[in-house]
Amino acid sequence: MAFDKPVFKAQYENFIGGEWVAPVDGNYFEAISPIDNSVMTKVAQSNKKDIDLATNAGWKAFETWGKTSVTERCAVINKIADAIEANLEMLAIAECWDNGKAVRETINADLPLAIDHFRYFASVIRSESGSVSDLDNTLVSQEVHEPLGVVGQIIPWNFPILMAVWKIAPAIAAGNCVVLKPAEQTPVSIMLLMEVIADILPAGVVNIVNGFGPECGKPLARSKEIRKIGFTGETTTGRLIMQYASENIIPATLELGGKSPNIFMESIMDADDAFFDKAIEGLVLFAFNQGEVCTCPSRALIQESIYEPFMKRVLERVAAIKMGDPLDSSTMMGAQASTDQYEKILNYISIGKEEGAELLAGGGKYDNETYPNGCYIQPTIFRGTNNMRIFQEEIFGPVLSVTTFKDLDEALEIANDTLYGLGAGAWTRNVHEMQKLTRGIEAGRVWANCYHHYPAHASFGGYKLSGIGRENHMMMLNNYRHTKNILTSYDENKLGFF
Amino acid sequence: MHAKRVESTQKANDLIDKLRQKHGTELMFHQSGGCCDGSAPMCFEVGDFMLGACDLKIGDIHGCEFFMSEDQFEYMKNTHLTIDVVEGRGSSFSIEIPLGLRFLTISRLFTTEEFENLEEIKINE
Repeated sequence: MAFDKPVFKAQYENFIGGEWVAPVDGNYFEAISPIDNSVMTKVAQSNKKDIDLATNAGWKAFETWGKTSVTERCAVINKIADAIEANLEMLAIAECWDNGKAVRETINADLPLAIDHFRYFASVIRSESGSVSDLDNTLVSQEVHEPLGVVGQIIPWNFPILMAVWKIAPAIAAGNCVVLKPAEQTPVSIMLLMEVIADILPAGVVNIVNGFGPECGKPLARSKEIRKIGFTGETTTGRLIMQYASENIIPATLELGGKSPNIFMESIMDADDAFFDKAIEGLVLFAFNQGEVCTCPSRALIQESIYEPFMKRVLERVAAIKMGDPLDSSTMMGAQASTDQYEKILNYISIGKEEGAELLAGGGKYDNETYPNGCYIQPTIFRGTNNMRIFQEEIFGPVLSVTTFKDLDEALEIANDTLYGLGAGAWTRNVHEMQKLTRGIEAGRVWANCYHHYPAHASFGGYKLSGIGRENHMMMLNNYRHTKNILTSYDENKLGFF
Repeated sequence: MHAKRVESTQKANDLIDKLRQKHGTELMFHQSGGCCDGSAPMCFEVGDFMLGACDLKIGDIHGCEFFMSEDQFEYMKNTHLTIDVVEGRGSSFSIEIPLGLRFLTISRLFTTEEFENLEEIKINE
């Protein structure tokens, strides 16, 4: 079944202080869908003036929101979740068109996860507490949490709504107000989401400002009016974000991607059963979201004793990946998010061929009959060695690099021979092997006999160049709060120094 | 004459000229890694991006110094880079983005002849 192409307004303003506000200088840019490279609508091309309006609106809102009871914040956030749920299909179709990903993913993953994320943070703020210690008979220490104020957030284009929610939900749950800049490739679906929740949120608690990185992202990251900056993207911009944060001495949380290993031990083939079927899918998940996932399992490490029979089954599964109209609910892979991304991925495929990697599947663009002008690439698998560029650089496309190992020690050595450490997968029927793998891999998230689950109550973040800080889990609240210590003396007598 | 590690197309040179004029200042490049818009060259005004002891200068394109981090260079040292331009909507703080254009790194392996006669790498100090 194919959904109808979504209908957008002719243009979308910024959402500032609870109002739809035109960009101060009156400029807009065209939002393009990678599904057919057509213009969807126009969005604000904002600059520092608009960022200043948004931070001012945030601080005004903070006077109230920062003091609003957790009971009330929880109720507001739950209402946001309910409103998104009531509009799930509309938002999922818009997300599909904005980003290019298949609608079956937006309906079954992006939107349900976003809804749950709000509910999770609404619930945990009701059930947590600070701590009190009796330091001695008369001295009592209280650790209490207070929101930071207005925070800046710059999000990526691979899961436009979900990544916005990953950042917005904990920040507002903790009592902050947000100024968020969407990615320029996917600036639209988040505005539709704001239309859905605009009347629920107190004015100014969430402000969305569209624009280009150097004109709009940079003044946000550099603003003296934010108390924290959160960023998901690549390493050079990550360094700039830290540099700007250092100017104002504010914390920065960075999620900068990875080159995640997915390790398959020989015991997975001890039986041709449901678990083996799951392991095959676990490898083929490199094609999930067209490979545009920071934790894409883009390096498959397979024990050499099972390489041939396992790969035979994998290639059958890859051949069954259905491409086509992203709005058709049976389509499994959609368009890459933009033309520059598309060109970059095709260049990596040619680097892989030049470096002598063996091409096992795909290897080029996909001609989409429904949308001949869109950005489509075939799921591609190379066999090679871990020192090749296609094993070391994040391609951010449906390109898998496969290599083999002799034993567990070699698997760990290859797995950790990377600049990054965001995600990893480990597949085995042997519990002792699993313990060594999950603890031996240098990454912030290890999926053991599974992959690509993103529950709200599980922390997410990177080792090494993959970034600083964590997202998800209630521990995230403390990334958006001060800890205040109140030290109370119940002793009536002075210290005796003066 | 040494073989260059990084070169640029005429389209890239034209865009560099245009950006120099628009910003009224000299420009530099830093090759990014990581997710989303990573694995791509970023163009900045000289002085905006703080270079570190971890960065190497691997060459110049059209009068702009071109840097990348040492650990990333380790994997890219066998490939020749051509900086080109593609139409499209990139994100990041690279300064050409508002023009609807994006610098792009196209790589190919060095020939043996080139590899034995490469330009020197400069460590940023």
